[in-house]
Amino acid sequence: MDEAQIYSRLTTVFEDVFDEEIKVAPGLSAKDVEGWDSLSHIRLILTTEKSFNIKFSVSEIGTLENVGDLVAVIKKRI
Amino acid sequence: MSENNLYSQLQWLPRPPQNMAQLLKNLQEEDASGSEFQSLASYALDLNQLTRLARAMGKARLEDRSLSPLDPFRLAVLSNATMDMIIPALIASAARYGIALEVIHSAYGQVAQEAFTPGSTINTSNSDAVLIALDYRALPLKVTPGELNASTATVHGAMSYLQALRNAIKDNLNAVCVMQSFAPPEEQLFGSLDRVLPGTMRHLIDTINRELSAYIAGSGDVLLDVATLAETVGLAEWHSAPLWNLGKFAFNDEMIPLYADHVARTLAAIRGKSRKALILDLDNTLWGGVIGDDGLTGIKIAQGDARGEAHLALQRLALDLRKRGVILAVSSKNSDEIARSPFERHPEMLLKLEHFAVFQANWQDKATNIRAIAEELSLGLDAMVFLDDNPVERGLVRSVLPQVAVPELPEDPAWYSRTLAAAGYFEAVAFADEDRRRAGFYHDNARRAAHQKQIGGVDAYLASLEMTITFQPFDPTGRARIVQLINKSNQYNLTTRRYTEPEILEMENDPSIFTLQLRLADIFGDNGMISVVICRTVAGGVWDIDTWLMSCRVLGRKVEHVVLSEMIRHARLAEINKLTGAYIPTERNKLVVDHYAKLGFVKTAEERSGKTHWELCVNNAEFDNPPVTVVSRGFVPAPEGMIA
Repeated sequence: MDEAQIYSRLTTVFEDVFDEEIKVAPGLSAKDVEGWDSLSHIRLILTTEKSFNIKFSVSEIGTLENVGDLVAVIKKRI
Repeated sequence: MSENNLYSQLQWLPRPPQNMAQLLKNLQEEDASGSEFQSLASYALDLNQLTRLARAMGKARLEDRSLSPLDPFRLAVLSNATMDMIIPALIASAARYGIALEVIHSAYGQVAQEAFTPGSTINTSNSDAVLIALDYRALPLKVTPGELNASTATVHGAMSYLQALRNAIKDNLNAVCVMQSFAPPEEQLFGSLDRVLPGTMRHLIDTINRELSAYIAGSGDVLLDVATLAETVGLAEWHSAPLWNLGKFAFNDEMIPLYADHVARTLAAIRGKSRKALILDLDNTLWGGVIGDDGLTGIKIAQGDARGEAHLALQRLALDLRKRGVILAVSSKNSDEIARSPFERHPEMLLKLEHFAVFQANWQDKATNIRAIAEELSLGLDAMVFLDDNPVERGLVRSVLPQVAVPELPEDPAWYSRTLAAAGYFEAVAFADEDRRRAGFYHDNARRAAHQKQIGGVDAYLASLEMTITFQPFDPTGRARIVQLINKSNQYNLTTRRYTEPEILEMENDPSIFTLQLRLADIFGDNGMISVVICRTVAGGVWDIDTWLMSCRVLGRKVEHVVLSEMIRHARLAEINKLTGAYIPTERNKLVVDHYAKLGFVKTAEERSGKTHWELCVNNAEFDNPPVTVVSRGFVPAPEGMIA
């Protein structure tokens, strides 16, 4: 799966979680999206795990600052 | 099908359609009715979909849009874990059961503060029920392997804490408490010895679960058996260490839809919304093969045949359900005689014709047949479950009669009985004597109908029934059944006011409230408790009839006339000079729109909503005296006793 495919799948994940179409780009972070609070952050992580069939470690989750970080961790796992 | 997916993915529910996201979006934008929310909730939704549906319901509520016909229910939630992600799932799952759920919940970690402070959010929430959603980490558990005294003290401490929480809530709120049993952690200390040795985690939690069940039995409160739910999916699947560490989530997020459905079905059972009748298809459902093609010797329904045993397991479940009061019926596309032949002549069949209240084998479509069955049983379509192996029949019934529950079935009949049981359509929070005998009542009814045809003339018929009506005030023996009737009678119900067991208990002890419970027996058998009346004394010597309801099993027997006559007799003894009553219309109670007019009440007002107000002067009251033997028992001051 290349980076474009990862971003495309993440777009579906974001729509699922936040209930709106969001332009998913590397710099996107919680401050850019209304409703991206600690709770929906966990739903985002869980939905991403399910969608890519991977599991993040708790320490990985702690280091995520933006979508770019998330994609980097996904790439390591698939 | 994997065993675990059956539960965690709610496989008895149809999969959501491809355009689910769009359908959920439409809900937010359009003026959707409660039924539309319910119909989307009836798919197997994942956590994100449940969250969206709940959000749409929240929006409708904010905009003051009605969620009717969903039944409003306020639930307070008290937990030692993070419930924020679960609550939207609870709201959406409750819609599946016809409930518009509003959740009041305390901040994380505030269990004791919320319970013990009279002015806390929970204690001032005016809730219908309180879910005490604790997991084992909320309990003061000290592991002391092999030390019996220390172990007993730990269990005692945990039970005292749980009872104190419950009692504090009861002191402040007139609500049902729903308490959870505890799923033990899967890790063992010794191994199998853990269950044997007092003071291990497994032993402590086992003991607490046992004591908690005993504590709840007969209390009017309700147990949500999370321990069994977790064991059913597997403790290793249930618990998630990362999620607890990450956000204090008590269990795996994959299990949230399942947990939420179990909470919702429990609330539905408290509200008397559980299903009452199971309608079964025959060919390839109750037996393998097609009786019309394969004949008696060809169908598969024998021990020793894998396929036959699968269908026998379903028959056994149906029979067990019938024993606990679920009514059975058949809807089959067959000619009647052929459809009946296996029941009459196949030696391996567990189900016999006598187990079915209604047997519909014909060539009409199944929706028409199911409607006829509901009518014959005097039950709503929302009390029906329809089980059929054929996806086309299931789809047809779902689209024509969305109120009927139609479980998905996998290809392999080996899973049929487990799937039906997992769906929990017949969830109950109490089990009364009447339940045990209910399936029989409906058969008696069918016989009574036949009897009526022979005799002709309603009065002669009523006389021939040799009815005896027994009146009693509310009492502890009748309480469970009274609560059940109050919460599930929809048709013959003037005001459709629902009360919980604690509220009924309060009425028993309130001298300003006059109550009646009625039992009816006749030549065919005992109908059990069939009617309930609650009158509240108001100023000026008036009894206001708060509740008057009757089971539809005994319609057309002039029972209401006998009830009025009994009320008048007691009113005179209590120096009451006027009865007032109201009819509050719902979608289900058109039957009683003229109830008070027929009994000689005078209409005093009619509201825009269709609600009407009525009164009757006790002194001028005249009433029918149908041929019934009346017995009055347990009233203070004692009435004259037995009057013929």
